[in-house]
Amino acid sequence: MPADRAKYSPLMQLCAGWQSVWVIRGQLSRRTYLLFAMAGLLLPLAAWWWLAASGVVDKVFMPGPMDVVNRIYTWFMEDNLSHDMWISTYRVVAGFTLSAILAFPIGLMIGTYRPVQALLEPLTDFIRYMPAVAFIPLVMLWVGIDEGSKIAIIFIGTVFQMVLMVAEDVRRVPITQIEAAQTMGATRGEIVSLVIFQSAKPALLDTLRITMGWAWTYLVVAELVAANSGLGYSILRAQRFMQTDKIFAGIILIGLIGLAIDQLFRLIHRKSFPWLYKK
Amino acid sequence: MEIKINIENAGKTFNDGSIVALKDVNLSIAAHEFVTFVGASGCGKSTLLRCIGGLESLSGGDINIDGRSIDGPGVDRAMVFQHYSLYPWLTVTENIKFSRQLLVNREGITSSDVEAASGRADALIDLMGLGHVRNAYPNQLSGGMQQRVAIARALLPRPQILLMDEPFGALDAQTREVMHDLILHVSKLEQTTIVFVTHDVEEAIYLGQRVVLMAPRPGRIDTIYPIELSAQRDQDMKLAPEFLRYKKEILARIRETSGMRTDLELLERMTRQAQPQNDMQ
Ligand SMILES: Nc1ncnc2c1ncn2[C@@H]1O[C@H](COP(=O)(O)OP(=O)(O)O)[C@@H](O)[C@H]1O
Ligand SMILES: [Mg+2]
Repeated sequence: MPADRAKYSPLMQLCAGWQSVWVIRGQLSRRTYLLFAMAGLLLPLAAWWWLAASGVVDKVFMPGPMDVVNRIYTWFMEDNLSHDMWISTYRVVAGFTLSAILAFPIGLMIGTYRPVQALLEPLTDFIRYMPAVAFIPLVMLWVGIDEGSKIAIIFIGTVFQMVLMVAEDVRRVPITQIEAAQTMGATRGEIVSLVIFQSAKPALLDTLRITMGWAWTYLVVAELVAANSGLGYSILRAQRFMQTDKIFAGIILIGLIGLAIDQLFRLIHRKSFPWLYKK
Repeated sequence: MEIKINIENAGKTFNDGSIVALKDVNLSIAAHEFVTFVGASGCGKSTLLRCIGGLESLSGGDINIDGRSIDGPGVDRAMVFQHYSLYPWLTVTENIKFSRQLLVNREGITSSDVEAASGRADALIDLMGLGHVRNAYPNQLSGGMQQRVAIARALLPRPQILLMDEPFGALDAQTREVMHDLILHVSKLEQTTIVFVTHDVEEAIYLGQRVVLMAPRPGRIDTIYPIELSAQRDQDMKLAPEFLRYKKEILARIRETSGMRTDLELLERMTRQAQPQNDMQ
């Protein structure tokens, strides 16, 4: 009823718009989406700014956003931030890559062959509940205190989860896809490489993306082990000197690098699996 | 008459014998025959088809093809599933050529073989009306088109036997009619032996030279109906008195064997129970 519509005041239109957004599983225009996303990011930032500026909390405990930005600047100029970022990224990527190299074939086998599942899955399930942190003393004894030990901690923290997730991805391949290949005369090897692996690929890349996030959370723990560089190490050291702004800076930097890698994985996903995005 | 598939005392149990999916099934299927299977759900139609396809092994008895006992799936028997069997990462053309690609990856295949297969793939794509979507991915297609791709894929290696498990169950009535005439055309032209499972009696009569009615608990063959209609089927035939007679007879028998009936007293009670709420409104 266009005639009635005209009578609506702008405020009422806004109300109507507000209501139409809250449809269960509804759609959102790109502009409205961005609006909400910006609000979600900027509001906490503003709250932080206000909290720090108001002086309610002591600056030693809660530095303001500008203090953190300044700290990142001096860290970069005077304290070799780029080396810390590089060495931390290297440790994460190395530990993560080792995990993937081991977890992929094992997970593929667990998800494909029942005997392998019976043999390895309960064991993996058990080990993954052992806290990776508790392995630190052992790792130091076995691997020593050089670079290898930090990589080992990240490896231990991610590999068992990754095995189980890869196995699950592989099990999710629809059985009819496999049976269709069998009726077309595919051998066992062909089914694994041309059907199961191909079919599971998108899920596997998602598994990589998610475990990469976990690898970053193990970084700080890994750099507890006699490190003398790295973002996690810097955070721990800053605590000793009450440099809360540096702690904030380190945490935010790890978050940003993690976010960047996550976005990279999503980009690869879009480029590698076009059939998922064409509708 | 040359026997293509011979099923002798076939039995199949699941869960260590607690579910008897097939019991003493005996049937001979002639070469080039088109046999359809109907019956209440759970009567073992899919299980029997999967046993012929070699995807399940029998618990007893034997199925042989050209006199040889089957041992697992083989390229002589192509299978069309109800759904979700296409490879979503391959285009329509790549899906259809999948079986050929397997051979190319192995050794000892000549380039003339590959070319012959390409020619057949193109012909199948045209026959199935898939020309305009040959480079599309399966999830860009409607259900009917996806099923046409699955049929083309199954037909590519020119199988002697085509096994189909409710292939058109998810399609709308119009698309299904088109698919029926298409599959009859293929059956006549390529002389394929076709075993076709459906829950649609009309479809079974229209397509089949014989309709095999199965009954549940335990899964077994109940009645076999030879369909004596003109071999040249057309859609109007579905309204002919002979056709309707078959339909009535088979439907009645399915009802008898399925153990399901309409309980009028129960229905009445259900309606009575709903009364108070209606009054409240
Ligand atoms: N893999 C299986 N494991 C256990 N029971 C099964 C399996 N497949 C089929 N059945 C059982 O066997 C019987 C026949 O099933 P099915 O062949 O699918 O019937 P239909 O296709 O005629 O509906 C049903 O009772 C079903 O539950
Ligand atoms: Mg079935």
